[in-house]
Amino acid sequence: MDCVVTGGNVKVLAKAVHSLSRIGDELYVEPQEDGLALRSVNSSRSAYACFLFSPLFFSRYTTTNGHCFRCKMAIKSVQAVFRSLATLEKNVEKCHMKLDEQKSRLTFTLHCKHGLLKTHNLSFQDSESLQAVFDKDNSANIFRAQPRLLVDTVVHFPSSLEEVTLSVSDDRMWFKNHVEEDAEPSKAMLTELCLSSDEFDQFSVQTQNSITFCLKELRGLLIFAESTGLPISIHFDEPGSPVVLSVTDSILDGNFVLATLSDENKLHTRPCTQPQPPPDDFNDDMDSYLIAMDTSIVPGPSVTASAPLTRAESSDQSAVNHRTQLHSEDEDETDHAHGPPIRSFVHFSLDQSFLPLLKCQPSPW
Amino acid sequence: MPLSTQSQTDDEFYVLVATLDNARNLSNILKAIAFKDHAIFSATPNGLKVTVEDSKCLQANAFIQAEIFQEFTIKEDMVGFQVNLTVLLDCLNIFGGSTLPGNYTEALKVSTALRMCYVGYGYPLTLFLEEGGVVTVCKINTQEPEEPIDFEFCSSNVTNKVILQSESLKEAFSELDMTSEVLQITMSPSQPFFRLSTFGNSGNAHYDYPKDSDMMELFQCTKTQTNRYKMSLLKPSTKALALSCKVSVRTDNRGFLSLQYLVRNDDGQICFVEYYCCPDEEVEEE
Repeated sequence: MDCVVTGGNVKVLAKAVHSLSRIGDELYVEPQEDGLALRSVNSSRSAYACFLFSPLFFSRYTTTNGHCFRCKMAIKSVQAVFRSLATLEKNVEKCHMKLDEQKSRLTFTLHCKHGLLKTHNLSFQDSESLQAVFDKDNSANIFRAQPRLLVDTVVHFPSSLEEVTLSVSDDRMWFKNHVEEDAEPSKAMLTELCLSSDEFDQFSVQTQNSITFCLKELRGLLIFAESTGLPISIHFDEPGSPVVLSVTDSILDGNFVLATLSDENKLHTRPCTQPQPPPDDFNDDMDSYLIAMDTSIVPGPSVTASAPLTRAESSDQSAVNHRTQLHSEDEDETDHAHGPPIRSFVHFSLDQSFLPLLKCQPSPW
Repeated sequence: MPLSTQSQTDDEFYVLVATLDNARNLSNILKAIAFKDHAIFSATPNGLKVTVEDSKCLQANAFIQAEIFQEFTIKEDMVGFQVNLTVLLDCLNIFGGSTLPGNYTEALKVSTALRMCYVGYGYPLTLFLEEGGVVTVCKINTQEPEEPIDFEFCSSNVTNKVILQSESLKEAFSELDMTSEVLQITMSPSQPFFRLSTFGNSGNAHYDYPKDSDMMELFQCTKTQTNRYKMSLLKPSTKALALSCKVSVRTDNRGFLSLQYLVRNDDGQICFVEYYCCPDEEVEEE
């Protein structure tokens, strides 16, 4: 592989790398016919991210025809190449990336102003294929918003917060910090934000439900989206199946696939009825709020995945057609009768074939 | 010895008296070489030279010419002593040390004035510091000055010399891979001209400055030389680099490195800081 990135795209590439570093410690590099794929996955395989840069992103993009190559390297080493992000735009005129398979080296050459040339020779290891198989376009719930909206939302949560719960109704979305079941109610601080559908560029809900996922990993995507100004799309079906967050434009495609907490009792979707909006004063009264959480039928958005839910049988089973899940049926953790909510795992194909164990066609990823 | 008044007669006791309206003109430059506790002070009628050394391989010198001081009186040809530099810097900043740049503090008249006095061998170094009408007197014990190492670096043995604007070198030094034990400097009349290289955990990195770069003010390289220096020894020099506007890099026929930094103080006057470093080992040409 031999490619050249010029101008402002150098910073975009650098931001993508920094963004991927929030997911995992290794960067998987795979030059493909349709572009350069940079991927990362976390150690527990519950978060995956991929940026695909089309050949048009580069001022020159050449790959060895027909030869499939992939490698991985410590992401910190690549971050070191693009260390001073703030001055990248000002100083770097172009970035040349060249893969030397014989020497197992990926060379980054940054041509900077004043004639300064920075060359980084990074060693890499061969790696297995890293592909998450998912089909976001057929998700039950699809949203698109400007990055500013999500950035302004997550700023209200402390940086130490691990997980956040996202709930949707027909016209609203709520973000709430996820509190563990065994946390003392009197010591827990609950923060909840409500966004109306008209703040989104697209807001389509087929199934009203809540998902809980890792906030830290979302912040990784926000770093990238905010600097590029690209709108973020959110796709999800139900708790237990992953949420896909993407940023796309004509020359690049970024996807973050995050596992969500599954609720073992939740075998079918919630009824699609209009929920009562929570009364305005209900947040002021913590006691009544907690009582509301304890009741078995919870019409509002404040649903924790851990609370067992009983509800009327939903006649609307069509929402539960077997969409592409990120875990195969063999690994379906909803078989567990008891126990804490289990985080689903992202399934990866470890060989070159794209055949999923699933019923839908795979995405081109 | 009377402490409260500083009448003219007291000066008869002192072999060295140096005064500054703005103590920062001394403290800022001393910070650029303060990587060890002890410093050797050597004063001559030309001015003050402060030397700090590390493991006999690295030496840093700060030169503050007599013209920088508002008053510089010396009664002998050479006055030398050794003091704890950390303590001296703490004293110079005893009024808190304003973080405002020099021109602002001038306008607000919040600079610390310094009068540095030394009686002679066996006596402490006395500092009179004044700010806003408040006077502090500090007496710092002095020690027998050690003989600074003579690196025997002379212009006639210099094989390669470049002068660069500090701005571009600052960026390179801030990005240097610290997992590399050495910093390799290559200077050559042909490509790559002037190259800084590191060999770290993830791979190697090279920073190349072409001879025709507009950052390169002077380029005089006679033969290709590659030398390695311990990163830990050169790291302190980044403080001097940060203060400077120009830097000269010279190597001699033994591979010894001389870095000279041109520093402008708060009042725009010029001072110099220089670093000498021994090469790490013989490097075979690749």
